[in-house]
Amino acid sequence: MKNIPIEKIAAATPETVAQRIRGLSDRSIAWIFVAPTIFLLLAINIFPLIWTIWLSFTNSRVNRPNRDVEWVGLRNYERILSDSDIWNTMQATAHFLIWTIVLQVLIGFFLAFLINKKFRGNDLWTTIIVFPMMLSPAVVGNFWTFLYQPQIGLFNYVIAFFTGVDPASFSMIGDVNLAPWAIVIADTWMWTPFVMLICLAGLRSIPNSIYEAAECDRASKWRQFWTITIPMVLPFLMLAVLFRGIENFKMFDLVVQLTGGGPGNTTTLTSIDLKREAFEKWRTGYSSAYAVILFVTVFGLASIYVKALNKVKER
Amino acid sequence: MKSKHLMAVVASAIVAGSLPNAAAAEDLTLCWAAWDPANALVELSKDFETKSGHSMSFEFVPWTSFADRMLNELNSAGQLCDLMIGDSQWIGGGAENGHYVKLNDFFDANGIDMGDFIPATVTGYAEWPKNTPNYYALPAFGDVVGWTYRKDWFERPEIREAFKAKYGRELGEPATLEELKDIAQFFQGRDIDGTTVYGAAIYTERGSEGITMGVTNALYNYGFQYENPDKPYDLDGFVNSKGAAEGLEFYKELYDTATPPGSSNWYMSENIDAYKSGQVALQMNFAFIWPGVEADPNVGGGKSGYFPNPGGPAGQFAQLGGQGISVVAYSEKQEAALEYIKWFAQPEIQARWWELGGYSALRAVVEDPGFADSQPYAQTFLDSMAIVKDFWAEPAYADLLLSMQERIHNYVVAGQGTAQEALDGLVEDWTEVFEDEGKL
Repeated sequence: MKNIPIEKIAAATPETVAQRIRGLSDRSIAWIFVAPTIFLLLAINIFPLIWTIWLSFTNSRVNRPNRDVEWVGLRNYERILSDSDIWNTMQATAHFLIWTIVLQVLIGFFLAFLINKKFRGNDLWTTIIVFPMMLSPAVVGNFWTFLYQPQIGLFNYVIAFFTGVDPASFSMIGDVNLAPWAIVIADTWMWTPFVMLICLAGLRSIPNSIYEAAECDRASKWRQFWTITIPMVLPFLMLAVLFRGIENFKMFDLVVQLTGGGPGNTTTLTSIDLKREAFEKWRTGYSSAYAVILFVTVFGLASIYVKALNKVKER
Repeated sequence: MKSKHLMAVVASAIVAGSLPNAAAAEDLTLCWAAWDPANALVELSKDFETKSGHSMSFEFVPWTSFADRMLNELNSAGQLCDLMIGDSQWIGGGAENGHYVKLNDFFDANGIDMGDFIPATVTGYAEWPKNTPNYYALPAFGDVVGWTYRKDWFERPEIREAFKAKYGRELGEPATLEELKDIAQFFQGRDIDGTTVYGAAIYTERGSEGITMGVTNALYNYGFQYENPDKPYDLDGFVNSKGAAEGLEFYKELYDTATPPGSSNWYMSENIDAYKSGQVALQMNFAFIWPGVEADPNVGGGKSGYFPNPGGPAGQFAQLGGQGISVVAYSEKQEAALEYIKWFAQPEIQARWWELGGYSALRAVVEDPGFADSQPYAQTFLDSMAIVKDFWAEPAYADLLLSMQERIHNYVVAGQGTAQEALDGLVEDWTEVFEDEGKL
């Protein structure tokens, strides 16, 4: 291959283009590269956010294009914050969020701890465990609906096998006391593998030399677990909690498929309620205010959490 | 050479001219729910394609997401649908928001007379405001809630004896809602051919319109009214009357004591499945299912019987279903869409519609002397269509419907509060909606 002198390549560049590029400052060139991203960000994120905030102060209804949109001030916010149904929805969301996170972290960490040990068929078991999170939430919701069927559902028969109760005597998704747990169980089944993978990454990032040093110091396994494993996996665990927290705050498809928000409002999570207000009742102004409140809540909680996460990392 | 070209052009023109409307052939899209009658309409529409030269495409959406999907389409002025067979309650919004084309002039020009259709379907599916001659749809599919029962079980001597011993009367089609409840409770948990069966599959669905379409069959017959007949939008004392509360209590008792376990979120398809699989003795459902029941190997061929919604202390009424067909105002193919409606309104097409399993609303079809005997359920359909009432068709119907879904489901299925509290709450919700709408 011939060596072409760099001067020749430079000379081959058309003069006009070269002049144009040379005429631009570094700052201008940077802007040219960044501008499309900024434009997209403004169009897709910032503009809708500002538009939503504006709508939240109006009585807008997108299904009534012929009606005048009036400024209603804080009325939508007042209505939402004084509506007991919305507080019930928040409560249902909190129940779902807390229990799914607790169960997924505990079971996920336990599974990661087991999988981290070297044993025959390790890869196969990892693949089997990870399988549920590869499925569509709608599919998972649908087949858990069948599993929970009182007359033919496997879940009821398993419970009946261990407890001796009649499988047709209880309905996981039709009973107000059991339905909140039904959605927790289905979500835990689906997303525990995700937490397990994150924990596994954490466990595998701990250098063996630390455990070897602890062995030399005659630290017990129990002590190694509490003083090495847990502190070093904690940032990963916190990250998993953050991801699952944000995801489950937005949970919609799985629960809609499973219970439709019922019975009553017992499994109506905020995202389901918001969708009903926005796209079934078409209360655009009201639902915009609802969305703003949720956004501020999630953003605020996530910010506090990220700060805590950074502190843990710094330790 | 020139003459050859000329001949070719003339020949092409002759061929093109011989094709019906070939120059203006359009591809029309008809939007409807995904259910058995939609398949029948696809079959029926082949005749339109042949005669008009237009081609037909169909967009069918399952009932539970039909309103979401199609109302989004209309509200965003979408051009997906040229023809819409929208639910009866959409007519107010369709008219006031300019989604549907007003059809009066078209009907006049083409000799389509609304007097030729079953009056309840004209009021329910085509008019806005109600009871005024302003038409935005042609009645397309008459439907009503009725009951299907296992006639073969009802005829078994041992079952009849057991029923008579318990209730002191013969087991048969119930004349009142109370009798219906007795029958459903009688079958609840009964062993038939070694299988435990249950009483009745009723509507309890929470997400779309299910429980409302079910409970109204009890509410109407116990005295519920949507408003003061003499003062529009005056709700208190009509929606939440003592009789209405009793009707709601009846429905809850039916749910608590005579339905299959786990039927807390059931609508049309779940009821059909429960019935066809032999789980229940009775099912509440819209009449559209009856052709499918008759054709089913397990429960068809004379094993099933049909009866209208039984009466209660305040009368005998049934929830209207069904839809009208409208031309979407945002369509660029309105001429062709109107051609479809003109074709669909013809008596011979309506007769064929009934043969294929579609419930024609044309009087010439249903008043034909042979109609009542044409199918085992035909008479029940006629009897039921004579007692229909429908839900609000206001532009704000979605708000009104969802409030009712929530209040009723919370009481009946979740057992929250009392019937009176549920209906009082409904009055509050509906009043707020009408205030927002500027009607109060």
